[in-house]
Amino acid sequence: MFSSAKLFASAAFGTVALGTLAVSAVAVAAPVPAAEPLGYYAIGMTPDAAQIAQWSIAIKPDGSNLPPGSGTVDAGATVYGAECAMCHGTFGEGVDAYPKLVGGVGALKTQKLKTVGSYWPYAPIVYDYINRAMPFYAPRSLSNDQVYAITAYILNLNGIVPDNFVADAKSLAAVKMPNRDGFNFKDPRPLTHDVACMAHCADPKALTVTSDASKSGITPRTTGPVDTMQGTPTK
Amino acid sequence: MARASRRKMFKFGAAAAGGALVAASTRVASAAVPAAPAGPLDDAWGHSLGAGVDDRPYGQPSKYEKDAIRRYVPWLAQSPQADASFTPLQDQPGIITANGYFFERYHAGRISVDPAKWELMIMGLVKTPLLLKLEDLKRFPSVSRIHFLECPANGATEWPAAQLNSIQYTHGLIACAEWTGVKLSTLLNEVGVKPEGKWLLAEGGDGSHLTRSIPLEKAMDDCIVAWGQNGEALRPEQGYPVRLIVPGWQGNQMVKWLRRLEIGTSPWYTHEETASYTELLPNGTALGFTWVAEAKSVISFPCPEKPLTGGPGFYEVRGFAWTGRGKIKAVDVSFDGGVNYTRAALQEPVLDKCMTRFTIPWHWDGKPAMIQSRAIDETGYVQPTIVEARAVMGTAAVYLNNAIQTWNVLADGSVNNVQLG
Ligand code: HEC
Repeated sequence: MFSSAKLFASAAFGTVALGTLAVSAVAVAAPVPAAEPLGYYAIGMTPDAAQIAQWSIAIKPDGSNLPPGSGTVDAGATVYGAECAMCHGTFGEGVDAYPKLVGGVGALKTQKLKTVGSYWPYAPIVYDYINRAMPFYAPRSLSNDQVYAITAYILNLNGIVPDNFVADAKSLAAVKMPNRDGFNFKDPRPLTHDVACMAHCADPKALTVTSDASKSGITPRTTGPVDTMQGTPTK
Repeated sequence: MARASRRKMFKFGAAAAGGALVAASTRVASAAVPAAPAGPLDDAWGHSLGAGVDDRPYGQPSKYEKDAIRRYVPWLAQSPQADASFTPLQDQPGIITANGYFFERYHAGRISVDPAKWELMIMGLVKTPLLLKLEDLKRFPSVSRIHFLECPANGATEWPAAQLNSIQYTHGLIACAEWTGVKLSTLLNEVGVKPEGKWLLAEGGDGSHLTRSIPLEKAMDDCIVAWGQNGEALRPEQGYPVRLIVPGWQGNQMVKWLRRLEIGTSPWYTHEETASYTELLPNGTALGFTWVAEAKSVISFPCPEKPLTGGPGFYEVRGFAWTGRGKIKAVDVSFDGGVNYTRAALQEPVLDKCMTRFTIPWHWDGKPAMIQSRAIDETGYVQPTIVEARAVMGTAAVYLNNAIQTWNVLADGSVNNVQLG
């Protein structure tokens, strides 16, 4: 049972809450300028140049911000074998469903195989991605030289650079990837321009069921515990 | 006015003459409601004491709701740390997605960031670079806004054919939440973007260090550097302690575990906007920078997971619509596979770049039916059929599937995912 003291306290709490509500109901817009001028709030710290340099890992397609260092195809084969091959395969062919890094060059239309060689438009971004995200279990654990070397190796596996290629800031920027011009970076959508028809929009006799997911047999279960579908064929 | 007075009459009728009369006065052949079997008034829970306030300091759903969980498709990816789980849309009543239902997409797993060590660096072409701790960020003026977040691969499995018999797996890479945080424009004004600065790079602090380029115009418009999600701190799944919200645009741009914002002159063409999250078209060229999520809708009741269990009679058909181009203007529902459409009711609130709920009453005659919903947004754009979408995107597409969904309701009330041609 509540003691009377506690009851009193909760009644008082109710009053306070009501008071707060009343105040917020009449509150008006806070006095903040429409566009705050530079440094208006003066909150936080100003980093120095060394700090900024440390955070600055993003590389551009023209190779700007690629760090010092270099690596050969041969050196890359060694590091790749130790750090990457268990998932991506010794020759980039991909183990199980891990991404393939090699193949499909020049055959995007027919094969639809998107790899570093067939699809990626810029060689410096291969460095950027490996440097920020791989190896999967320990990202940002490789030295600049190691990342350059692995980049050289993967480009070589794809037939994009020769066996004696040495990757560095300058040479990577000069590589022309096979799919360099394959992207349209101006969104052309909307690609359909329908009007909202309300009646007799289609011929009911011509409508056929072209596919029915209840017959596919690949839907994980939707009740009970999460389905891990062990042993199901991969796509 | 007319509608209100009719509703009053109905109420009056019900009070005066009982429910049977009301049922008879409605249109179609709704059979009379059968008499309820006799039984005790109280069940076990009415004869006993429930749990106390000391029992469950952080709330949980009823144990009877244990089917309503995120689920994933094991054959889609090799590693669960670079994979997606799906929102159980069939269990979401309104426009807000419960934080525990909110779909996940990881590129290097769900990390656990210590908020005391979290920092945000704002650098590049700015007048005064800035390094913020979490408590610094939270001192800036803030906003709370409700926006959906959709993965552009939502519906990917359905490009070649109707493959997954489930709304969760065909449409569950979307969720909608109230986000609280600082407008990105507030931070960018604070640091002062230099005139040559035209693009923003957002970088995450997880193992993928995911990066996306965003044009400055969008960054200054409505983006939010968010720490709050539906009444609590951002969930780890959503980037705790801070993620970027880019309303109406690809979920992948709403970088989680945000750690760095850089201003530059041009895009970075990162892995996530070239090698992936681009669409390879049948002609061998690819679409990049397809940022906006186009108008889409789906019926969430009935659906494969929630069939019609009560036999012929009245049902309310319910669903969700959304568009990255602003507000939903209308949703039309067809019961005959897209031959005829009827306008559904939009439920308030109808918000900008937000899930919108629609409903339409249905007296089901017990015959098979092909039900569809079609969204129209405020730009006048009309959601296409799968045949129309496939004509431009091909059958091997991955992203940008915003086609009309057909649910095939069978005579026994079960519901299957089908495609019509
Ligand atoms: C434990 C397994 C594993 C290891 C080891 C690993 N990766 Fe990966 N790699 C992955 C996964 C998983 C992805 C997909 C990540 C995602 O979906 O975001 C990936 C993606 C990639 C990609 C992008 C593929 C594409 O086309 O999008 C490249 C390139 C890559 N890895 C290179 C490397 C390199 C180089 C190494 C060694 C330094 C390495 N990986 C080590 C698992 C691994």
